[in-house]
Amino acid sequence: MLRLNDLSVGYGAPRGTVLAHLEVEVGPGSFVCVLGRNGAGKSTLLRTLSGLQAALGGHALLEAEDIAAMRPQTRARRIAVVLTERPASPGLAVDDVVSLGRQPFTGWQGRLTADDRARVHTALEMAGAQSFATRLFDDLSDGERQRVMIARAVAQSPQLMVLDEITAFLDLPGRVEVMALLRAHARRTGAIVLLSSHDLDLSLQLADSVWLLDGRGGLAVGTPETLIADGHVGRAFDTNAVRFSPTLGRFDLAAQV
Amino acid sequence: MSPAARSSVGTIGLALAVGAAALFALGWGMIAVPPGEVVAGLFGSGDPGNVQIVRELRLPRVVTAIVAGAALGIGGVLMQALFRNPMADAWSLGLTAGGQLGVALLVTAAAFSGPAAIDFLRNFEGVSITLGAMVGIGIFALAMAALARRVGTVTLLVVGLMLGFTVQGIVSVVIHFANRVGGRVFSGWNDGNFASVTSADLPMLIAPVIAGILLALHNAKPLTALLLGETYAKSLGTDVTRLRRLTLAAVVLLVAPITAYCGPVTFVGLIVPHFARAIAGTARILPLLPLAALGGALLALAADLVVHAPWEQHFLHLNAVLALVGAPVVIALLIFSPTMRGQR
Repeated sequence: MLRLNDLSVGYGAPRGTVLAHLEVEVGPGSFVCVLGRNGAGKSTLLRTLSGLQAALGGHALLEAEDIAAMRPQTRARRIAVVLTERPASPGLAVDDVVSLGRQPFTGWQGRLTADDRARVHTALEMAGAQSFATRLFDDLSDGERQRVMIARAVAQSPQLMVLDEITAFLDLPGRVEVMALLRAHARRTGAIVLLSSHDLDLSLQLADSVWLLDGRGGLAVGTPETLIADGHVGRAFDTNAVRFSPTLGRFDLAAQV
Repeated sequence: MSPAARSSVGTIGLALAVGAAALFALGWGMIAVPPGEVVAGLFGSGDPGNVQIVRELRLPRVVTAIVAGAALGIGGVLMQALFRNPMADAWSLGLTAGGQLGVALLVTAAAFSGPAAIDFLRNFEGVSITLGAMVGIGIFALAMAALARRVGTVTLLVVGLMLGFTVQGIVSVVIHFANRVGGRVFSGWNDGNFASVTSADLPMLIAPVIAGILLALHNAKPLTALLLGETYAKSLGTDVTRLRRLTLAAVVLLVAPITAYCGPVTFVGLIVPHFARAIAGTARILPLLPLAALGGALLALAADLVVHAPWEQHFLHLNAVLALVGAPVVIALLIFSPTMRGQR
């Protein structure tokens, strides 16, 4: 279980606090989508929950243990991260990259046990990356690379998987597939999957629960249906030109509403 | 073959090749000593003349070439992983130049501070020039690491090479003034040379290199994670700041004694890691370390053999030979290597 306990995230001056006093609970096996406009604080929140950035106040607890206070090695065994950035890794084969997901569990040599190998194999299969397992990571297309990075996170067998706008480089079928496989992964393993995305439609269709950042420091949490019905989606995304239509479940140009 | 099998086979093959090259190097020269006599000479038996040639004249040079090649090869692997830059190496990024500058300034400072300082330097020559090189390399390494965050791969390479030229200019001026005391330290120092090391120097040459190799082995696993970039390395439990410091320390330990005793040895650290990766079929760091060490030793031995072949007259310097092999490899890497794509 993931629990945000009066959590505040952000930076020092001049940007300051981005989100303050968050109180949320997520049960195991949930597929959660984090939505909000650019600059609403999605990445800041996810980086804090990954332990990559210190919280400004409060705590984020994973199975009742403070994420910020975990030893780096412990955290790496329990939280896996996939980011937007496209890493270039000269000379690493796909198999090497996915195997790195097992690194928190290996000895100083990084030698993989049979169990580690089996997990890498399963992860490659699950992410549909098996067919290019022996190719060089740098030779892959953006979509293929993203699958490999997801396979690496799956191989890490985390309790919490954090993915920051990973669908940005994928085409529509690719996005649907990736989000569906992450949801299936959460269901099957009981891991919590936190995914930030700009794909409002898809997220509202697939998520068990949605964290909606309104861009003014507020966070609304709920199932997609309740958030739409209560008008939260509209408040977070509407501009003068575009409005979210609760009845249609999509955006319309303002003039047509 | 799997990468693991390729690494093992490659390591064994290279080890045999290094052994054979070393035996050959001990026997070859103006006075040829047959292989049987070389082995006997190593153990102190056989013809006394041959024993002297093998043990006292050729062995220090051969050992130095092996140690230097191994240290520079491993140093290259560490530098390329740390800078995430296939062109990084202690020489190409100007660290070697920093080491030279450190030694040159140390000797000059001693020269100007009087006879007592000179005597001290003479008595503790090995320790002091190695320390001088370490300080110089350490400072240049920190500066280049800071610069690497702002500029691209090739820019960094050009800056490093320019630093090398600049320092060479400064050193030549400094040497002019320090020549009275410099003595052996500066002999043939701009060219790289394995022959000026005596058997008394060997412990001071080898000890820091062993420490550097142990540190490299210790850092191999987190350095592999760093190949994915800083954030991913952190998310895999790596303390990136500590890793950077330890890796730079390993590079200093590996490269400083070589620079202090042999001068700037070019190209070995730059090209050997590429061969090691090609043999291993992976960029994972741990299997690369023995391959790069043995590959570096083999290259250094081979280049030294060409220099010390029984020519009519000495006309080749170590760095000239290394450049003949190394420069085309670097040019090919810059033009054809997929890892350099989009980094120009």
